[in-house]
Amino acid sequence: MTLPVIPKFPLARLLDVGLNWLTLHLAFITRAVASVVGGIIDGITAGLTWLPPWALIVIVGLLAWRAAGRRVAIWSVLGLAFLWNLRLWDATVSTFTLVLISTLIAVGIGLPIGIAAALSKRTGKVVMPVLDFMQTMPAFVYLIPAIPFFGLGAVSASVATVIFSTPPAIRLTILGINQVPHDLIEAADAFGSTRRQKLFKVQLPMALPTIMAGVNQTIMLALSMVVIAAMIGAGGLGGEVWRAIQRLEPGKGFTAGIAIVILAMVLDRITQRIGRRKEVAR
Amino acid sequence: MSKIRVEKLTKIFGSHPHEGLRMLDAGKSNQEIRAAGHAVGCANVCFDVEEGELLVVMGLSGSGKSTLIRCLNLLNSVTRGHVYVDGEDITAYSTKQLLEYRRRKISMVFQHFALFPYRTITDNAAYGLEVQGVNADQRRQRAREALQLVGLKGWEDAYPGQLSGGMQQRVGLARALAVKSDILLMDEAFSALDPLIRRDMQHELVQLQQRMKKTIVFITHDLDEALQLGDRIVLMKDGRVVQFGTPEDILNNPANAYVERFVEHVDLSRVLTARAALTRARVVAYPKDGPRTVLHKMNEENFTSIIVVERDYTFRGTISLDAAEQAVRDGARNIEGLIERTPAIGPDTQLTKVINALAAWPYSLPVVDETSGECLGVVTRTGVINVLADNPASGKQADDPGPPAAATHTAAVARGVSA
Repeated sequence: MTLPVIPKFPLARLLDVGLNWLTLHLAFITRAVASVVGGIIDGITAGLTWLPPWALIVIVGLLAWRAAGRRVAIWSVLGLAFLWNLRLWDATVSTFTLVLISTLIAVGIGLPIGIAAALSKRTGKVVMPVLDFMQTMPAFVYLIPAIPFFGLGAVSASVATVIFSTPPAIRLTILGINQVPHDLIEAADAFGSTRRQKLFKVQLPMALPTIMAGVNQTIMLALSMVVIAAMIGAGGLGGEVWRAIQRLEPGKGFTAGIAIVILAMVLDRITQRIGRRKEVAR
Repeated sequence: MSKIRVEKLTKIFGSHPHEGLRMLDAGKSNQEIRAAGHAVGCANVCFDVEEGELLVVMGLSGSGKSTLIRCLNLLNSVTRGHVYVDGEDITAYSTKQLLEYRRRKISMVFQHFALFPYRTITDNAAYGLEVQGVNADQRRQRAREALQLVGLKGWEDAYPGQLSGGMQQRVGLARALAVKSDILLMDEAFSALDPLIRRDMQHELVQLQQRMKKTIVFITHDLDEALQLGDRIVLMKDGRVVQFGTPEDILNNPANAYVERFVEHVDLSRVLTARAALTRARVVAYPKDGPRTVLHKMNEENFTSIIVVERDYTFRGTISLDAAEQAVRDGARNIEGLIERTPAIGPDTQLTKVINALAAWPYSLPVVDETSGECLGVVTRTGVINVLADNPASGKQADDPGPPAAATHTAAVARGVSA
């Protein structure tokens, strides 16, 4: 006896049809977005590369000094100077721009969603599985439809990066707000705070260190996407790695890889301290 | 009119409180109701608070006292019943009215302080005003005044984390005082503090209360604290009021075995006053008595000293047995010269202080009403020991000595006996 053959569920075909339909009808919007975002990315990259590298290094050093203290500032300056010396300056700047833009968009989307999900149980129930989906879906997959919507290049890369790196911003915003001690909420209520006052005067300030940890995670994830993004022409340090892979040049590959590590450490130390500083001030 | 009147207040937790309410009305026990998935917070609670009164709600954990206090500013919604404040039913308030009520009329002090760690002490104290929309200069000014009131001058720019527990709770108190509300809710406000600081804070609260005439509802699980602070006490168990009365009522006439068990562990010497250990002065001397009469009275009663009063019971002093015997031997005609100025005590003196005074004075101590000068009776060592040993909770002590009888009663008896 043979088992009856159940026909294969045409998931792939359905998704293709759906995505094609969306491309056909929505591409004019996404293309418009792409040209705006692309313009911004190009503008920032142009501005940062217009500055002499030493000036930018000094600026980052000062920022690090203010935000995280002398030690971090010194190591940041040394690290960036080394990247300049490796002749990777332009690639570093374009990667940095991509990370910066992606992070800003991710936090801009993640913070309000996180707040909404923390304040309303129902929203939270909808958001959570979506976050699981976004985080576990292999990031490469996002790149495929990103191209028809946003075209080759940095914009598609940043869209994929945003999808991949927004979840921690949302999750940690939810966590931060839910972790606010119950008696502080009661105190806010007992003195007659409106919901808005409670949010801005109690919940967000209390959640800030956790939210900053989320931002830090977002930055790190965005950075981890740059190599993948290079596959659709995002350039930057990821592009260097990608080229090294294709030409089998381990030395160049490691050099670009180390450059990514240095950039990651500089960004991590500076942003981590911003969050922690608030905590010390308690 | 009462400042706050709580009428048949019932709070049931759970997703279907009305089902719980039905079970409650059907006379089911808390355990049965809990088994059905509801929790009784408090059930049919009635009491009132007068303007300027310090009312203590007391009970062990789980007795519903915290639930109850949160119904007074509607941090908990009320399942059934009413809470009237200044005659208005706050359970019927709209969201807007409730906001206004919480902002102006009632403020709260929390057990674990609930200070905002990212705000300075001043900005913490100013929170209520900030929420009201008072401008920055004014609210800082008023916050500083409140901080000064609780003795935190000089700490205005510190953060809560830099302060000790006692100081943090002062900030909590200042935050509540800064909004100048009539009513203060204090939820186990001193329970997290160590005993010495706690006593200081209790003392200061009483002083503040005398000065500011707030209506205070104070929650505690500590009977000593309740008796120390409360003008009246609501004693709760399992969400129900077990007894509602003055501290003396609760000590002397415990409503049931539960209250009795509570009262057993009280440090009575801290709670009771000289009035409770008062012995009727059955035999007294009068200034016109001769030394022989006085000596006779003392020998008859086996006294080592006797108190001297005027006919209207105005206190004069005491005469010791030695002095009387000496006077008789010397053939003195009157006793005026023998009267010693004795360290008399007031009827509201705490027993701890009475014990100290007794240690320093070899005879019994006369108890004298401070305003009228009337001698109400005496306190003897035996009297004090009897009061402390013979716990009032064990019931009616009709026997002499040392019934915690009303002073006027004692005086009347004393008059009757010796007249």
